[in-house]
Amino acid sequence: MANYKMHLLVCGGTGCRASASDSIGESLKQKLEENNLREEVQVIMTGCFGFCEQGPIVKILPDNTFYTQVKPEDSEEIVQEHVIKGRQVERLLYKDPEKGEPIHDARKMDFYKKQIRIALRNCGFIDPENIDEYIARDGYFALGTVLKDMSREDVISEIKESGLRGRGGGGFPAGLKWDFAYKNESDQKYVVCNADEGDPGAFMDRSILEGDPHAVLEAMAICGYAIGADKGLIYIRAEYPLAIKRLKIAIDQARQYGLLGEGIFSTDFNFDIQLRYGAGAFVCGEETALIHSMEGDRGEPTFKPPFPAESGYLGKPTNVNNVETYANVPVIINKGAGWYSKIGTEKSKGTKVFALAGKVNNVGLIEVPMGTTLREVIFEIGGGIKEGKKFKAVQTGGPSGGCLTEDHLDTPIDFDNLLAAGSIMGSGGMVVMDEDDCMVSVAKFFLEFTVEESCGKCSPCRIGNKRMHELLERITQGKAEKKDLQRLKNMSHVIADTSLCGLGQTAPSPVLSTLQNFWDEYVAHVEDQRCPAGACKELMRYEIIPENCVGCTACARKCPVGAITGERKQVHYIDQEKCIKCGACVEACKFDAVIIK
Amino acid sequence: MAKIKSLEDLKKKKEDLQKKVDLRERADQPEHFVQIKVGMATSGIASGAKEVMDFLMEALEKRNIEAVVTQAGDMGYSYAEPTIEVTRPDEEPVVFGYVDTKRADEIIEKYIKRGELVDGILPQNYRTIDEE
Amino acid sequence: MEQVQLTIDDKQVEVPQGTTIYKAAKQVGIDIPVLCYMNLEDIGVENKPGGCRVCSVEVEGRKNLAPACATEVFDGMVVKTHTMRVINARRTVVEFILSDHPKDCLTCKKSGNCELQDLAIRLGIREIPGQEYAEMSTYKTDYSPSIVRELDKCIMCRRCEKMCNDFQTVGALYAFNRGFNAAVAPAFEMDLQYSPCTYCGQCVAVCPTGALTEVDHSRDLIDAISDPNTTVIAQTAPAVRAALGEEFGYEPGTLVTGKMVSALRRLGFDYIFDTDFAADLTIVEEGTELLDRLSKYLEGDKEVKLPMLTSCCPAWVRFIEHHFPEMKDVPSSARSPQQMFGSVAKTYFAEQINKKREDVVVVSIMPCLAKKYESQREEFKVEDNPDVDFSVTTRELAHLIKEANFHLKDMEDEDFDRPMGESTGAGVMFGTTGGVIEAATRTAYEMYTGNSLDEHIVFEQLRGFEAIRKATVDFNGTQINIGIAHGLGNARKLLEDIKEGKSEFHAIEIMACPGGCIGGGGQPLHHNDTSILKARQQAIYREDENKPIRKSHENPEIKKLYEEYLGKPMGEKAHHLLHTRYFDLSRKIEIE
Repeated sequence: MANYKMHLLVCGGTGCRASASDSIGESLKQKLEENNLREEVQVIMTGCFGFCEQGPIVKILPDNTFYTQVKPEDSEEIVQEHVIKGRQVERLLYKDPEKGEPIHDARKMDFYKKQIRIALRNCGFIDPENIDEYIARDGYFALGTVLKDMSREDVISEIKESGLRGRGGGGFPAGLKWDFAYKNESDQKYVVCNADEGDPGAFMDRSILEGDPHAVLEAMAICGYAIGADKGLIYIRAEYPLAIKRLKIAIDQARQYGLLGEGIFSTDFNFDIQLRYGAGAFVCGEETALIHSMEGDRGEPTFKPPFPAESGYLGKPTNVNNVETYANVPVIINKGAGWYSKIGTEKSKGTKVFALAGKVNNVGLIEVPMGTTLREVIFEIGGGIKEGKKFKAVQTGGPSGGCLTEDHLDTPIDFDNLLAAGSIMGSGGMVVMDEDDCMVSVAKFFLEFTVEESCGKCSPCRIGNKRMHELLERITQGKAEKKDLQRLKNMSHVIADTSLCGLGQTAPSPVLSTLQNFWDEYVAHVEDQRCPAGACKELMRYEIIPENCVGCTACARKCPVGAITGERKQVHYIDQEKCIKCGACVEACKFDAVIIK
Repeated sequence: MAKIKSLEDLKKKKEDLQKKVDLRERADQPEHFVQIKVGMATSGIASGAKEVMDFLMEALEKRNIEAVVTQAGDMGYSYAEPTIEVTRPDEEPVVFGYVDTKRADEIIEKYIKRGELVDGILPQNYRTIDEE
Repeated sequence: MEQVQLTIDDKQVEVPQGTTIYKAAKQVGIDIPVLCYMNLEDIGVENKPGGCRVCSVEVEGRKNLAPACATEVFDGMVVKTHTMRVINARRTVVEFILSDHPKDCLTCKKSGNCELQDLAIRLGIREIPGQEYAEMSTYKTDYSPSIVRELDKCIMCRRCEKMCNDFQTVGALYAFNRGFNAAVAPAFEMDLQYSPCTYCGQCVAVCPTGALTEVDHSRDLIDAISDPNTTVIAQTAPAVRAALGEEFGYEPGTLVTGKMVSALRRLGFDYIFDTDFAADLTIVEEGTELLDRLSKYLEGDKEVKLPMLTSCCPAWVRFIEHHFPEMKDVPSSARSPQQMFGSVAKTYFAEQINKKREDVVVVSIMPCLAKKYESQREEFKVEDNPDVDFSVTTRELAHLIKEANFHLKDMEDEDFDRPMGESTGAGVMFGTTGGVIEAATRTAYEMYTGNSLDEHIVFEQLRGFEAIRKATVDFNGTQINIGIAHGLGNARKLLEDIKEGKSEFHAIEIMACPGGCIGGGGQPLHHNDTSILKARQQAIYREDENKPIRKSHENPEIKKLYEEYLGKPMGEKAHHLLHTRYFDLSRKIEIE
């Protein structure tokens, strides 16, 4: 084996690949070749670094250099300057969003400082297409240990003691779930991995599968041993081709090493894993819907009980956990439940991965201990609000979550605190909003997603959410009355109270939480026909300030609908009936005479 | 590929593979290890810094010393090339000049292993960017 | 079974573990409104998708409301079924449903018989807030020969899907689209006529709204009777007389044969005949065919197809043609009674009354929707003129009688016209599961053994309501094994056995609908009370008992028909007029 002096880690996650990180890897290799350095410097295509907004990322070790927005043509400079001469390429270094100064040591980046990476431990660190790198990181040790030294009951109690809760949204204790499946006697049981990540903007599961597929395979095998299943199924959306490819490679390699298949570690434990593809329906993240979809049926939920642990895939006891949950399992076994349960809060142990998005400086995938506050996430890891604007709200938990305000910023994030605050952990979406965001529109936006993704089985979700969306639309158009707000509230409560599955039950959360936290904003829309954030197009008014207008006619000439009238050198006037609020006049005016009200 | 038949098999395999990720793992917390920076500017390379670095990496591994060897740019000691900077855990960095493989061997045996100072220590005349 | 104690609306209830809240509440007289829920107890079909959420109730300690239809009780459970929270939720949910439902109740075929309408009345819904800007989900209406699908009225209760997939195993209806646009339709949203639909009409029988209804021919009937130049002949299927009374306030299981004849006469039909006559004819032909196949088989003929399957149910025939085309030569080639009647009426009888074929209109009154389709099959037309011009259901007839202001209860009993109104007890049994094969057994037994049945005319072993029944009849030492199935899912099991060569039967009777024709898709709606079907079955047996002649081959008019016109059973003329062949329709499933 070559003794490499330097490792160039090139992000091979979906986001960076979209910006040609593949060819960066290739050209780096080529430049190294030209300089006869292939024996000394290794190029590794890794999984996601989480810092997707500024991708493609190239990280250089051991000196911890973090290059962002790298282009294939930068390879020459990286090799000549950094690799050969040991001088960092300043212009590619990540820059502190506030000070604008380059950061020379990646460990000093605020983005990574507060993170503890358990589920993402190997993402951006190893080559996911090489099982050896996983093994070098203690891969499959947990499985080996479990098979050699632990009884099935031991494994379940270890998971129980760790306090691991399901990361897919529900937060149900994983150990308890395993225990149910273990206790239900059957000739056949199944372990299912829910990789049907559906929250808009959430991509932690994809990143784990792309960056560390073996962690999930190993965990599923451990679960199989614990509950008594010899078959594992990964339900993955077909829109994740890279994750699918890497899973296939990983399964294949694990089989070749005998880590999947028959008689694993020379025991009588057999376990193998197959992939099942989903079409990417949000509702198929619900475990009964997921199982129906795997069975070839319509992906819609059914009433629980029976729970999958009792009657799941093909009517057999089935344990369903999501990708992130499984990714925690090998670490728990290796380091012990005691170690794991020291991280986090009283009722939420370990870490949680969040997809931080919206109006923050550092957008990306982060993993923080439970109990980290929203403020730490948004203002430290996230680097604060973009363009120095004012923080307004943060929406957690994807479309099923709620919008929290400044008052909640110091809330330690965990399952129960978020619920108490009127939102949820969900699968870890986190969208930050600033003063320019209209909260009615935000609620409408999220509801639109659930309307789109409802399976249509139960009437409150199928029709009710549609009706709520219609009403929100009217509010943003200034066509609603104050009494409609009462109706909106009632619809929200009834839909949450009567829907069949989690999708419908939580669909009104963005509406309920904004009604509660931003009531005045709703009232402004319906009573004054005014959008305080200035975001609702239909409620905008373009007006000309007579004092500033010099009558240059520039705006009138630019107006596409002829809504602006006025003689030359006279004050102009905008006909509100004709105005389509395109904003062309604002751009045309050199005298700041056109304002938006 | 040979099957892994037991946990012992797996452990052996991991040991063989450890090297693959050692460098990356140590880079994460270099302060826990001996850190060695080799001056690798053009002048350093010309005076044999590359050979020194190769030697260091090989020797450290053979002698089971967990260290992080990085290459640095011009260290500002052109008169004493090749130069290396060694930082033992929780200690101040020390710079050695005129290092060849023989001296490197001595530095490992005496300073890195036992903390004994050897000849050729250069006075520190620069500040790292981090300290600015 | 372990008993659990719970409290519903402050009443103590004890029920076996596994009981749902809905059923437990019913036990103490608490009526929780339901919409999508359906329980057809006697045929083992329970639909509880938990979709409509109308049955939501409060359960102490539970965060959200629970659907009473699907939630099982537990010991110490405290349920409130009509708190203000529940009432508000229920009303809001029904407002949602109504907000996406057409408001054309004035002309809807289900008006007055619609479970959604009943619910709106019960919950006192007076307006739909936001209706003026509520988008409606719209779909094209699909007209097949038997069934009309108006998906705008679909409320996603999934009852039709349950019947079509689980009970009938036809698989023509399935939920498609998602969210607001979800509804139930054949695959790829193709029209029903291109789907494997058998037109059994069980979807129509259970649809709570007007989304699935029959093709209505009552206007055609009015036109035909109004035309002075046509002779309009009615034939009434046996199951109609056992159910029509329900529409006029009679207890289920009341026979209204005479009153029905009287009403038809007053409506202006020229001749009121009985499909039972044709049923007797069917028995003679089918019985002869069975004996023919049987004796060949007993002589060692390996080519002969046994068991012989009955062929009087058109939904069943279409099921074979779609799902088991390789077995299309297994059913008897005898036409169904409806079609035998049509071809005899438009030849033999038309000649007797000196009418040209095209001046005679044969109308069948059927408990069935598939009969509408069957009458339009090409092989049952002569120069484009169908043997049976159109078929109306029991429901359509009831409407017409009401429209004509006839009060069935006040009407005198009258008798069918002759010759084609003469029938036996065997013929009337065609209305129930097991009846065709019992009628056939009576005739085949006497033909085969030469002995008279007299005393032992009833074959109890063939009667009943179980899904699949097996019986052996001793034909003087020759043991004849008979199988009976009602419901196509049950029939499928017997067919799979035949396909695998495992079938032990010589003859099998299949009827597509639960209970046979008495549970047909054109009958008065049972509204989930399947005990009604059993009452109708008993009525059929009573009608048999009341008949002076109870064996088809003894029907004097049938004997006369052979003597005067047809010649021998299975003879050339009989073959031409009374037999048919079947087609492979499996390839005709194509997307428009």
